[in-house]
Amino acid sequence: MAQAAQNKTRGRKLLGASALLSVLAGLYFGLIEAPPDAYQGNAQRIMYLHIPSILTAYLSFFIVFIGSCLFLWKREKRDDILASSAAEIGVLFTALTILEGSIWGKPTWGVWWTWDARLTLTAILLLIFIGYLMLRSLIEDETRAAVCSAVLGIIGFLDIPLIHMSVYWWRTLHQPPSILRPDKMPWENIHPSMLIALAVNFAAFILLYFYLLSLRFHVGEMEEEAKTRKLYRGSL
Amino acid sequence: MELLRQTVWLLRKDLLLELRRRESVVAMFFFGTLLLFVFHFAFEIPPDRAAAMAPGLLWLAFIFTGTLGLTQLFQAERENHCLEALLLGPMDRAALYLAKVSFNLFLMLLVEVIIFPLFWILFNLAFWELLPSLFLVALLGTMGFCVLGTLFSAVTLKARARELLLPLILFPLMIPVILATVRGMEILLRTGQFEEAVPWLRLLVGFDVIFLTAGFLIFEWVIEA
Repeated sequence: MAQAAQNKTRGRKLLGASALLSVLAGLYFGLIEAPPDAYQGNAQRIMYLHIPSILTAYLSFFIVFIGSCLFLWKREKRDDILASSAAEIGVLFTALTILEGSIWGKPTWGVWWTWDARLTLTAILLLIFIGYLMLRSLIEDETRAAVCSAVLGIIGFLDIPLIHMSVYWWRTLHQPPSILRPDKMPWENIHPSMLIALAVNFAAFILLYFYLLSLRFHVGEMEEEAKTRKLYRGSL
Repeated sequence: MELLRQTVWLLRKDLLLELRRRESVVAMFFFGTLLLFVFHFAFEIPPDRAAAMAPGLLWLAFIFTGTLGLTQLFQAERENHCLEALLLGPMDRAALYLAKVSFNLFLMLLVEVIIFPLFWILFNLAFWELLPSLFLVALLGTMGFCVLGTLFSAVTLKARARELLLPLILFPLMIPVILATVRGMEILLRTGQFEEAVPWLRLLVGFDVIFLTAGFLIFEWVIEA
């Protein structure tokens, strides 16, 4: 047991170190290696953070969905801890995305915020998962909180395509995806050094994400253990 | 068939309770009417703009009154451990869900049937002939609202501050319904062409079907937890 725990801790430290290194590398490639954009100048460099952070947030909500399904199916506390950890970090990354987006929007579009489809979708996602966290904190009974938040995790995920469709029909201003396009391969649409910077940052965000997730998961497990020990001592 | 029979019995119980107490429907109706007055004071709607603002205002009124109804939806079951007693009965949990959805739908439609013409009278709107097709949009939207609302009314059943929590969770999930109904009604009022609004109606039908199925399958876990 002790050996396994030690290995886990070591693995987490290794993950943390590689996340730190790759974030530094990402900053180097994004700020120094990549050329400034022909039209937007240096402001465009926010892209190297903006795209990875929203993709990481999406990944996070997908993990919430998977964890919620697994929990409802098998009723293992582990899956609930996974889903709730992913939700917390997902909220963090979505909020970061909106923040970076408005910093980027001000110099390029002239406004901090606009009611464009993709912006609206991201904001709604943030609201849904803040609701998820609130729901968890407001239900006393732990099993019930886990079941109810799993239900919200699943319904919220199912709702995303519908919200997406409705806000797109409503309006669109955001630039269409310029790198992942159906008609061309990714490397034909962007300068290679920009693509490298983006890829490095993406890898960095994924590593950072999994580091945070494993940390949060570990805290969740320890909380659980502390509770069972307290219960056990209480029964003596 | 057995499911349908159980649903009808449970619905009958709720309707009977409501008929005797008349709490929810009266409160919802007066709240809805009150909102129409508040809107008028807040916006001072000129007659020529009334048609353009009607869909949004009507939907705000419906959603607020609907939320009022949802917070009361499981009130009878909360008191005196009635929920536990109900769950002891040999019946499908999905029947309880269907009964509650239909009950809330019935209450909301009852209120809407009165609020719609009242809005037309209070704000001097023409196009009375559009009312049936507008009501169809409202029906599909209300259905979507009840389908998810009932599920989350059960989810927040034992939460602290549940009256606060329910709209916080429900409204973001309701965005497709709100957008589709408001846009659909606005298109109908502007063009008078039913075909123009069909894409939005399809979205509403999709929403209703997806979440009715999801609620039907998931409700059992929520109510037993």
